[in-house]
Amino acid sequence: MSDISKAFINGKAFIPFITCGDPDLETTEECIVRMQKAGASMIELGIPFSDPTAEGPVIMEASIRALEAGATTDRIFDMAKRLRSERGVTIPMVFMTYANVVFSYGIERFCVKSKECGISGFILPDVPYEEKEEFASVMRGYGLDFVSLIAPTSEDRIAKIASSAEGFIYIVSSLGVTGVRSKINTDIPSLGRAVKSSANVPCAIGFGISTPEQAKEMSQHADGVIVGSAIVKLIAEHGKDAPSYVEDYVRSMVSAIT
Amino acid sequence: MGESKGRFGIHGGQYIPETLMNAVIELEEAYNHYKDDPEFNKELEDLFNGYAGRPSNLYFASKLTEALGGCRIYLKREDLNHTGSHKINNVLGQALLAKKMGKTRLIAETGAGQHGVATATAAALMGMECKVFMGKVDTERQALNVYRMKLLGASVMPVTSGTATLKDAVSEAMREWTTRIDDTHYCLGSVMGPHPFPTIVRDFQAVISRESRAQVLEAEGRLPDYVLACCGGGSNAIGSFYHYINDKDVKLIGCEAAGRGIDTFETAATINTGKVGIFHGMKSYFCQNEYGQIAPVYSISAGLDYPGIGPEHAMLHDTGRAEYVAITDEEAVNAFEFLSKTEGIIPAIESAHAVAYAMKLAPTLPKDKIMVITISGRGDKDCAAIARYRGEDINE
Repeated sequence: MSDISKAFINGKAFIPFITCGDPDLETTEECIVRMQKAGASMIELGIPFSDPTAEGPVIMEASIRALEAGATTDRIFDMAKRLRSERGVTIPMVFMTYANVVFSYGIERFCVKSKECGISGFILPDVPYEEKEEFASVMRGYGLDFVSLIAPTSEDRIAKIASSAEGFIYIVSSLGVTGVRSKINTDIPSLGRAVKSSANVPCAIGFGISTPEQAKEMSQHADGVIVGSAIVKLIAEHGKDAPSYVEDYVRSMVSAIT
Repeated sequence: MGESKGRFGIHGGQYIPETLMNAVIELEEAYNHYKDDPEFNKELEDLFNGYAGRPSNLYFASKLTEALGGCRIYLKREDLNHTGSHKINNVLGQALLAKKMGKTRLIAETGAGQHGVATATAAALMGMECKVFMGKVDTERQALNVYRMKLLGASVMPVTSGTATLKDAVSEAMREWTTRIDDTHYCLGSVMGPHPFPTIVRDFQAVISRESRAQVLEAEGRLPDYVLACCGGGSNAIGSFYHYINDKDVKLIGCEAAGRGIDTFETAATINTGKVGIFHGMKSYFCQNEYGQIAPVYSISAGLDYPGIGPEHAMLHDTGRAEYVAITDEEAVNAFEFLSKTEGIIPAIESAHAVAYAMKLAPTLPKDKIMVITISGRGDKDCAAIARYRGEDINE
């Protein structure tokens, strides 16, 4: 078990996502420092993948920009290490990436490096419950958590996924891919209740959340709120000047849910 | 827990978002229910024979045999099927299954456009809505097939992400499926993706080798020594191999697209240049860099221009049961022209990759050996592109 639970002890958790290396790793590093300063409870560090099939256009394009700018798994490990040793980031950090990024690095080697860099767990959207042990069994050996996702279509799968979940549960708010949505159509209250009745770990909702109003509404039904595309969009818009905009945005979201 | 399903050796599995898991489970259950259902199989056989024009001929290519001066060569003529390729076999099976499942809408990816045309055809026949994802680059090099799909009532979505080719069309079709599952079946065109697709598509394509095995026994009184097929995702290849897998003396050879050569970056030869990875729902071989980023592959053939290969092929490679060779653009174009001139058969540029390997192998073999080459599709769609390759600009 990792220190992910720390993110959920002071009320509702706000969990921002960032695509590492867009527009460059220096900007990502600064954004993460500012996110902590603005009250984020945990950070999701996206390791870009060339073909992110669970992502909408915003994160897909950010991933391509990051790879073109030279982001690699090793450079992202180095950045995470700096955040811990030099930049005073103490909140939990998890990696979000795709199965092949971890698999091709070597699952064991990936875990060793992650542990060294102060990473607490992993979100792999293309690894469902049925395939989880290939990764989770190795991660467990290093005290790292494999975070499970639950979707609006999970239905009869919720109980088994939730009861064996580690770290926290990522509730996917909507069908489809990541991205800003004006309206979330899923019956979130009943999905949240179903997850909580089987879960032994906290749960956070993501996909489609961008405004403080949406965050406040969603936080009623979970222990935390995850925001990705809205932040990645801010970075796409402001480039190297993004850190202060990201800080202001995270602060507004944190205050909406606390 | 060990709940992983659909393994071929270490390959296969179901590496997909949780949102899609119940959809593939529903598909698996439906398939298991119908695959041995006599009524379903009767309906499918009627479609194969009455609509698609099966069984396809096994043609003794005497001119080709003579010209190459080696073994006896037969061509399994999937190019004579309705819609012009083997793709119709799988599509009729999946569309019928989708209909039984109560789905009213088919989505599909397509590279060369053959699978898209086949899906649009089945949708028209069965009164279903159809949307086809096709890389923008491919919509340009296969413009005729885009028109055919539209004529058949399908909508065609040009995909601009990534390399704007087949892999991106698959990614986009998967994204679309996660947004709309209830009424939609994803009619995957090759023996790839998450379980149960590699098994379902293989079973529907296995008709190729079921027929050819009986046909060659009838014609020659014995099994062939070699079976050749082109191999991108690998649906016509697995269909061509399947009923010979237990016949250990029959050599199975998949012909991959080397593009400009396997020592260049402009290649799509997955087994020859890739390594084991996880992508598009499956573990298999993929062209990728040291950090697992999927490589931008290239081939003159839009249908073979894919960075992965089906998991069953990956296993057949690991066990040595099948061999996978790489054929360059130049070799394939030469074979395209050679078969046209010697036999009066214009093969798809995909299928020409198998013919090209036969042109190397057949002359080295004794005259009493027998080779079966699957001509997976016809080459009308490729004429403009090959003309361009030869420096001739023609209007389609």
